[in-house]
Amino acid sequence: MADSALKDAPANPQFDPAMVKQVEKAPLVLNNRDYHWITEKICGIVEVKTNKWWWILFIPSFLLMLWVPFGFTYLILTGIGVWGQNAPVFWAWDITNFVFWIGIGHAGTLISAILFLTRQKWRTSINRAAEAMTIFAVICAGLYPALHVGRVWMAWFLAPLPNANGIWQNFRSPLLWDVFAVSTYFTVSLLFWYMGLIPDIATLRDRATSKIKRFAYGFFALGWRGGNRHWRNYEMAYLILAGISTPLVLSVHTIVSFDFATSVIPGWHTTIFPPYFVAGAIFGGFAMVLTLMLPARYMLGLHDLITDKHVDIMAKIILLTGSIVGYAYIMEFFIAWYSQNPFEQWAFLRNRISDPYIFSRVFDVPPAPYWWAYWCMMSFNVISPQLFWFKWCRYNVWVVFAVCMAVNAGMWFERFVIIVTSIHRDFLPGSWGMYSPTWVDIMTFIGSHGLFLTLFLIFCRFLPMIAISEVKGVLPQSDPHHGHDDHSHAADHSHAPAEESKAVGLRGQTASGH
Amino acid sequence: MQKSAATEGEPQRVFGIAAEFDSPAALYHAAEKCRDYGFKKWDVHSPFPIHGMDAAMGLGRSKVSLIALCTALCGTTTGVILQGYPSLYEYPLIVHGKPLNWMTIPAFFPVIFELTILCCAFGALLGMLALNRLPRWNHPLFNWERFGRFSDDAFFVSIEADDPKFQETRTREFLESIGAKNITLVYE
Repeated sequence: MADSALKDAPANPQFDPAMVKQVEKAPLVLNNRDYHWITEKICGIVEVKTNKWWWILFIPSFLLMLWVPFGFTYLILTGIGVWGQNAPVFWAWDITNFVFWIGIGHAGTLISAILFLTRQKWRTSINRAAEAMTIFAVICAGLYPALHVGRVWMAWFLAPLPNANGIWQNFRSPLLWDVFAVSTYFTVSLLFWYMGLIPDIATLRDRATSKIKRFAYGFFALGWRGGNRHWRNYEMAYLILAGISTPLVLSVHTIVSFDFATSVIPGWHTTIFPPYFVAGAIFGGFAMVLTLMLPARYMLGLHDLITDKHVDIMAKIILLTGSIVGYAYIMEFFIAWYSQNPFEQWAFLRNRISDPYIFSRVFDVPPAPYWWAYWCMMSFNVISPQLFWFKWCRYNVWVVFAVCMAVNAGMWFERFVIIVTSIHRDFLPGSWGMYSPTWVDIMTFIGSHGLFLTLFLIFCRFLPMIAISEVKGVLPQSDPHHGHDDHSHAADHSHAPAEESKAVGLRGQTASGH
Repeated sequence: MQKSAATEGEPQRVFGIAAEFDSPAALYHAAEKCRDYGFKKWDVHSPFPIHGMDAAMGLGRSKVSLIALCTALCGTTTGVILQGYPSLYEYPLIVHGKPLNWMTIPAFFPVIFELTILCCAFGALLGMLALNRLPRWNHPLFNWERFGRFSDDAFFVSIEADDPKFQETRTREFLESIGAKNITLVYE
């Protein structure tokens, strides 16, 4: 593109070749940081004495987390009736929370796999934390279906094991596919995350001052010594994991959506569900990545690594996926009308969108019992991200953070709307009913946020939260042909010829570090 | 010339010679020269993978992909047998009135797919470790205290004493001639 623009230059008097260079040159790491600075900065987070802020965040998170074991123990000892679901709403907050958390768990693998295959180098600053977030979100998600089975001690029946009753699973059920998809997703995400960590744990090992640290990091670094004969296999394994994680991440939420789409309930029985769920998962996942990374960037001073440009790109992804989700919402409504199926129309108009003020008057129908949930979803997920059309909003962290919080809430409402509003009033008016959560539902859900944050804070404390070796690899000086062949890096080294600039960079680096 | 370990007492076996280079580009060119010199048992160490280094070292394609393909096919087979045996012989289950013949096979794809991915991932990670002879508790190179900086900002070449072309003085002279610094004899 730049080349053709340069060729056209004489024809356009307003064209300035310097502009092309600037556009190409948005650096991934600001202020020309060198390798040693990156090591110091990221390892420093782990090596310094525990920050006061860490405790201020950790203690309340940990206390909130205690609701999870308490709520689950209470449920197991008493019975599933301590949760609010009852006829006709047998899937309620538990499945809502499951889909909510598993959706959040999609951004990490998207960033580490799909953006790797598409050579999006900016991913290196955020992939580690996003992958960790993925794993913790899947842990939170996995708790709910395990408890939802009611008799938890029978949960092993989900696995196809030969048993004394001679019973086997229905392999053609989406619920069984879900067991395989979620457990595979968790395992593969964990392997991918750990493999990415090996070189960085080696960095921590080589810097460790105490015996315990050297042992612990040395154990998990597996004796890594950075040889190119190792990197060669490592890069191939990374490429394979990225290649297989890409269809995997798309398959997981597709299969979650099959749980609904293969049923005959109006509002669930929809072919648009798989792409709509996947887009929603990426949307919610990126919002959660920003929710965690913006405060972390501020508290740990990572502005040179997670630049405003990173936030800008993620905001654009949120805008894109939010608009896809909005399209899906509107398309569902359109199909309900276009199909002329009275049950579909009922589900969308009278169960969901008919609010007491406008739609119920326009269509002359009673307001939907859960209209507020539908409109929370619509305004948080579709309307609020539209702010990201404006550059000012994408570069203002407060606006970005507020929109991300809205999206986090909106994606929870989306799952609540899909699940509860579809089944609380379906074919037979005689079996209609309303749903409301109990205190156990509410406190366990809040507790699952505590669990998520507790795990994330422990991760930030003990492991490098930014992929050190990957960030070093995308610096301009990491290219062995840097400065030889092209003009794209000329901007920051114009003071010296190529060979000299390398030497200067290295000397400066050694002086600062050693 | 620096020595990496205490030289008093019994003579120690030499592991090889290691040397430091200034930058990824310097390491890249050094690797090309080591390759052309004809070394076989040598390696370069860097904080991150350097683009094009495989060619500079004269290495071919990694075998990890072959291992991962084999384990992936094992996963596929597992998925087919795991579902096929109960569904056809042990516990034929009629659901939704759908027949149990080959036309219902798409409903069995998700589990086959997930097991393929799962086994492929294990194959990729464990295959990578096996080909790298890892995990390994220690390595002679760590006896050189400078070597720990490979994971920070330093770039090293190591040539093993087992290499047929290795000769203590001539290898050192060769490394000096290609611009190496801190050339060090590393003991086991």
